[in-house]
This record gives sequence, structure tokens and C-alpha cells, in this order.
Amino acid sequence: MSGTIVDNNASSLSIPTDIAGHMLDLDDDDDLEVFSKDTREGSSFNASMQTSPGSMINQYKFEEEEEDIDTKDIFVTVDDPESYVTAIETFITYRVVTKTTRSEFDSSEFEVRRRYQDFLWLKARLEEAHPTLIVHPLPEKFVMKGMVERFNEDFIETRRRALNRFLNRIADHPIFSSTEDFKIFLTADVGALTSHKKQGPGFLSRMGESVRGLAATVRGVRNRPEEFTAMQEYVEAFGQHISSLDKVTQRIVREQKEYLEDLKECVPTYTLWSNSEEELAEPLRGMASCLERCYKETEEQVKELNDNLNPTLHEYVLCTETLKTVLRRRDIIQAEFEAKTEALLAKHADREAIREDLYKMEDRLEWANNALKSDWTRWKKVMRTDLRSAFMDTAEKNVNYYEKCLAVWETFLLSQRTDAEGTQVLDSS
Amino acid sequence: MADSGSEDIAVIGNTDLTPSESENNIKNTMVEKGTNLLKRMEISVAEAEKRTGKNAVNMQETYTVYLVETRALDATSEGTTPVPDSLWRRYSEFELLKNYLLVTYPFLVVPPLPEKRAEFVWHKLSADNMDPDFVERRRVGLENFLLRVASHPALSNDKIFYSFLTEKSCLLSASQENGWKETVFETGFQAKADSRLKALNATFRVKNADKRFADMKHYGDELQSVISQLLRVRARAADRLYGVYKVHGNYGRVFSEWSAIEKEMGDGLQSAGHHMDAYAASVDDILEEEEHYADQLKEYLFYADAFRAVCRKHELTQYELEMAGQDLTSKKQQQEELATGTVRTFSLKGMTSKLFGQETPEQREAKLKMLETQIEEGEELVKERNAECEEFVKSAWVDIERFKEQKDHDLREALISYAIMQISMCKKGIQVWNNAKECFSKM
Repeated sequence: MSGTIVDNNASSLSIPTDIAGHMLDLDDDDDLEVFSKDTREGSSFNASMQTSPGSMINQYKFEEEEEDIDTKDIFVTVDDPESYVTAIETFITYRVVTKTTRSEFDSSEFEVRRRYQDFLWLKARLEEAHPTLIVHPLPEKFVMKGMVERFNEDFIETRRRALNRFLNRIADHPIFSSTEDFKIFLTADVGALTSHKKQGPGFLSRMGESVRGLAATVRGVRNRPEEFTAMQEYVEAFGQHISSLDKVTQRIVREQKEYLEDLKECVPTYTLWSNSEEELAEPLRGMASCLERCYKETEEQVKELNDNLNPTLHEYVLCTETLKTVLRRRDIIQAEFEAKTEALLAKHADREAIREDLYKMEDRLEWANNALKSDWTRWKKVMRTDLRSAFMDTAEKNVNYYEKCLAVWETFLLSQRTDAEGTQVLDSS
Repeated sequence: MADSGSEDIAVIGNTDLTPSESENNIKNTMVEKGTNLLKRMEISVAEAEKRTGKNAVNMQETYTVYLVETRALDATSEGTTPVPDSLWRRYSEFELLKNYLLVTYPFLVVPPLPEKRAEFVWHKLSADNMDPDFVERRRVGLENFLLRVASHPALSNDKIFYSFLTEKSCLLSASQENGWKETVFETGFQAKADSRLKALNATFRVKNADKRFADMKHYGDELQSVISQLLRVRARAADRLYGVYKVHGNYGRVFSEWSAIEKEMGDGLQSAGHHMDAYAASVDDILEEEEHYADQLKEYLFYADAFRAVCRKHELTQYELEMAGQDLTSKKQQQEELATGTVRTFSLKGMTSKLFGQETPEQREAKLKMLETQIEEGEELVKERNAECEEFVKSAWVDIERFKEQKDHDLREALISYAIMQISMCKKGIQVWNNAKECFSKM
């Protein structure tokens, strides 16, 4: 499989997914659970969802050998950052282009402009509706280190790429991509989006959740299933390793940049020297030119690390936080359920009412667990593909780099040897 | 897959010439263009050893000695390789030899010694004279020095040099151990050494220096400046490159740890980690070869001192010639004035004699006679100095031309071996990253 090269304009196709066309696939040995109807407010599960709840089963087969592009029926791109100036503020908007054949969309192509805040909103909505599903992280609000200016070109470009990846992950996600919020994000004009944002629960319900969460955390989970503990341990370890890799990569970039500075100084020195020489002038100029070309190649190699491997690793550092949050939310749901179960045993409890709640909560817990389990499998596959291709791309770029430098030096050597040996001819192939 | 336009590059055989091979190229050139000495004997500095002993002020000191081996070449034709003759020499003895040569052959470009103290170091290299890497590089440099002297058409015939190479130091008595040293001092070169140093550092103006020497001196200045700069920058770059490679070793460590928690990805990560370790380790060899290149540059940095000294010496002889000439002219003028009674130029003598009365005819006669002798001597001196000057210019320029050719050849070889080293480095890089890519694909 060839390494996928992240292209500015194409939507990232690293995840082949089976989407709506396939319903229940019973091959996998993971549990398949039917999602019960969501009883919580502000649900993103609405009529626009395709067919039965069964289709929400996230059983996805990822063909690692072929990319099933044919079944992918929605393509999104984030590009063309522009400054937007008002009296009060200045911000960047990005163009979001959608091409789709899905029937719930009124048209097959859409183009809207969105700002970072809008992406934040979308992410929050998805998390709220699906607390135990894993939403791909957004680039951070403001990068403090390195004194990056908000309107700096490189910063904007890095952010644009991250936003592009984010949106593509959402589009590839079987559940998220079918949500109303996602559709509105992709298609609504600015006014419609603003008014849609005003509806829906948003802030208060989140508040409520976190208050409930605090109480539950204090209480703690009694019988956490083994697999979730295993997940937590994995996430801890994974987080550490990914974080280390992130740091290592940043360090390499730093050292390379310093190396470039020093390499740069060599070039004029050789040129200066060649001015004092007669016979040696030509080879010395040759050296200077070789070093110059190698310098350029090294610059590009560093850029590649900076623009591709670095952001990918960083995103997975952020992912770790997301995973921890998701596991915590699941724990909270379980804790609340356990608390309710205990309440049932209290002497003066209203058994009927409590039992009613209990059934709902049991459902909710089961649903949350299954959602997490399936999405966990999906996430692991995506992570594997992402990191594999990120590292492969880096390795490939490094090979290219050395090949180009090799060519530079071989040419130089050839010129020196032909000079020295007069009319010697070496065959080219 | 990756196309870097490599179709345009010719296939070059033998790009894997190692730096030691190319060093041998320079040696072979020295031997081929061979002097009689090199045709007769093989010379090498085979080993280095640490010694402790009491120094001149009776204090304990540790120093290194180098084994100078010589082997007669004609004997090998009989099919047997004879055991080489050998003796131990300290760096200070090499220095003594060099100073002797500098003083005795001021019109020749005397080869330089490897540096006394490690300079232009980057952090991994030690600046310690006792460091084994430094000692090893010095050993190579000393051997190179001996070969350079042995391959010089004039220097190779020097007796002191020959006895440096062959005279055994007797271990019996302390004084005989320094036998060679005493021989050198007996030549009386020390006195010349002092006056040479004084002369080199003196400032004087020369009216008619040979332009070629003036240009050469200027070139020497430029060469020194530019090579120093290059060595400085190169050392910094080497430091950085070292850092870049070594940090990759961390990838190896983390991949290994990470592979422990992964099922499907584990193997790919683990094996990729090994390649990252190999990549990090490969920089040591690379930079060792770069040091070799730096040593070649350093040799010519120090050579610049040597031929600047030759140019300076020329200036000195020219100056002395001009001084003698001036002296002669002034004496002749005095003679004329005295003879004709006219005072052409202002002189204190003339004024005082005007004021206080003329000399007697007898006094004048005596003076004229003295002047005549002086003029005769003066003319002899001028002739002598002129001959000296011409002789110097002739021999020195021959050697400078020889030196220029050697320099052009050697430095070009150095650049070529640098390119070869870079090629080797790139090939290793390609291999490692291809392997890593292979492992990543199995993640």
C-alpha cells in the first residue's frame, strides 16, 4: 500500500468505511447491540437518519488492502482562508465545500464559509449528543509556544489542515455524518447557522451534566467492566507514548533548524575561498553549490516534518484527552445507574418511580457502553491507519531527501573525476 | 516511487572509496613522485603509548610517545619482510626536528605538524591531549608529516632527518637517550632560530620585493582566514547534525515501549524502532570521517604559516640587500663630496666643518682612504647579498611552485573524498529509512 500523501485540496481518504449501504454485519465477534431510542433532549437523532436504528450499528469493516472509495458518498474540504474584518473584530473564515450524493441533502454541492468558532460549536454539539462516542480533536485555540501570531500564515495553514482533517473524520464517522447538526454546518448560510445555534440545549444542559458528573465522581464506579478498565490503562499508556513522540519530533525539528543555520554559513565560505584560488576555484565553487542545494533539500525535509508528522502526532495527544473524557463520561453514567439501584433499596423509596427511572438508566448505560465499544474499535483502526501513514510518509520523505542529496554529490564527484582524468567517459543510465 | 530525477545521474563506479583509501591516494602520490629516500625505505608511525617520567624541573609528568618505524624496501624483494627498525619519539622531538628544518632551509616550504592542542572541536570531541581519539589522529598526522618530509626532493636528504628516523635511543644512559637531540643542538641551529624569529616578527619596509612573493604572502593570509572560518562553521554544523541523529534514538525507545501495548501494530513498531536506533548510531562513523576531512584542511591551514614564513624571509633578504645598497650609495656620496669639496647634501659634519673650520689635508686623505676601503667592502657585500637574494628567490620559487601543485592536488582529493563520504552517508540514510518504511507499513 502506498503511503497516502496529505493533499491540500483533496479530502483525506485514509479511512475506508462502510456506511449506510450496509446494515448489520455479523462477521465481527464484537457485540452488536441495537441502539435504543435516545431519551435525552436535543438529540441529533432525528428523522433525517436513515432507516432503522439498526443502521446506526457501527459495525464497520475496514478493508486494509483496498480503499472502498466507491461507497463513500460525501466529500468535504476546508480551504481558502480569508480575513474577515468587522468594526468589532477580525477573524479568519474558511471555505467548506461539500460534494455528496446523499438523499437527505437538497443538492449535490454546497459551499459555505465557517470560522473556528463554528467548528467548536459543531464539536460540542456532537459530544453532547453522543457522550461516549469519540470525536476527533480540533486544533487548539491559540498556540502559545513559539509566539505564534494568530494571523501568521503558517499558523493559519496548519489550522486549516487540522480543520480539514477534523471535518473529514466527522464525515467518515457513520453516526456523526448523519446528524442534523453536521448537515446544517455544511449547508446553512451564516444567518441560518446562527439561528440554529441559538436553539438547542447547549450551555445549560452541559452545566447540568457536569454537576451530575461531579456528584457521581465523588461516589465512584463500583463495578466497572474489565474491558473499560483495560481501555483506560491503554489510554494512559498510549497518551504517554504519543506525547513522547510528539516531543521527540519537535526536538528533531528544532535541531534540524539549527543545523540549517550552520550549514548556511558554509556556502559563502567556500565561495570566498574559491576567489583566492586558481585550479581549485572550480571544485570549490562546486562544493558551495552542492551545499546550497543540500541546504534547500534539508529545508524541505524539515517543513515536511513540521507540516505533517508533527500535527498528526499532536492531534493524537489531543485524542488521548478526548478518550479520557469519554471514558469518564461512561463511568459517570454507570455511577448514576448504580446510585439509582441503591436508591431502590432505601426504605421509604418510591419504588415505582425509581424503577421507571432505573429502566431508562439501564438502557442508557447499555447504549453508552455499546456505543463506546464500537467506536473504540473504529477509533483504533483509524488511529492505526493515521499513524501508520504519517510515519510512512515521513520515512518516504526522508528517503527522497537522501536520494536528492545523493544525486547532488554524485554529480559533483562525476565532474571532479572527469576533470581530473581528462577525457574519461562514464556511462549514464 | 519516489522520483528524484535519478535517471539523469551517471552510474559511477567506485563511489565507495573510503577516506582511508583516499588518504592512501595522497600517500601513494608522495611515494610515486618518490624521492630516493622513499624508494629506499618505508616509513610509518605505527603506535602510540603513554609514559610517565620526570621532566626538566624534576616533576612527574605523563606524556605520549610515538613509534617511528622504518623498513628497508630492497630487502622485501627477497620475499621476506624484514622486521622494521623502530624507535620512540615524543611530540616535542618532532617539533625540534621541524624547527631545525625551518631554520636550516628557510627557502623551502616545510611541512607542518599536526596541531599541538585540539582546536575547532565540537562537543563530542575532547580537547584533552590524552584523549585516545586525539592521540590517534595525532599519530596519523605525525606519520603524514614524516612522509611529507621524506617525499620532499630537498628535505628528504637531510641527515638530521635521517637520524631522527633511524637512530636508536640507547636505554642505558640518560644522556645517550637524548643522543639525537644533542646532535641537533650541535648544529648550532638554535642561534639561527632566535634570529629567525626576531626577523619574522620585525617590521621593515621593502622597496622592491618580488611581486610573486608579495602575492603569495597575501594568498597565505586569505587561505588562513578562510580555512579557519570553514573549520569553525563545520564544527558547529557537525555538532548539530550529531544532535539530529541522536534524538532519533528516542523514537526507538518510545516505539519499543509503545509496541508493548499494541497487538497488531506491535511488531511493525518494534522493528521500526530498531532501525531508528541504527540510524542514531550511524552518525558516529559519519562524523569520524568528517574529522578526517577537517584534518586535511588543518594541514593546509598550518602550511600557510610555512609559506608565509618563506615570503617573509624573502622580504628580509631583499631588505638586507637594499640596506647594503643604501649604505654603499651613501658612502660613495661621502667620497664624492670629500673629493670635490662640495657639499651636496646637508650633513652635520659639513655644517660643523663650515662652522668650526675645515679639516687638514692629511685628515681628508685618511678619510678618503677609509671610505675607499669601506666602499670596496660595501660593493662586496652588495654583490654577496644580491647573489643571496637571487639564489633565495630561485630556490624558494621552485619550492613554492611545487607546493602549489601539491596543494591543488591534495585539496581537490580532499573535496572528492568529502563528496564520497556524503554519498556514503546518503546511501545509509536511504537504506535505513527504506527499512523503517517497510516496518511502518506493517504497523
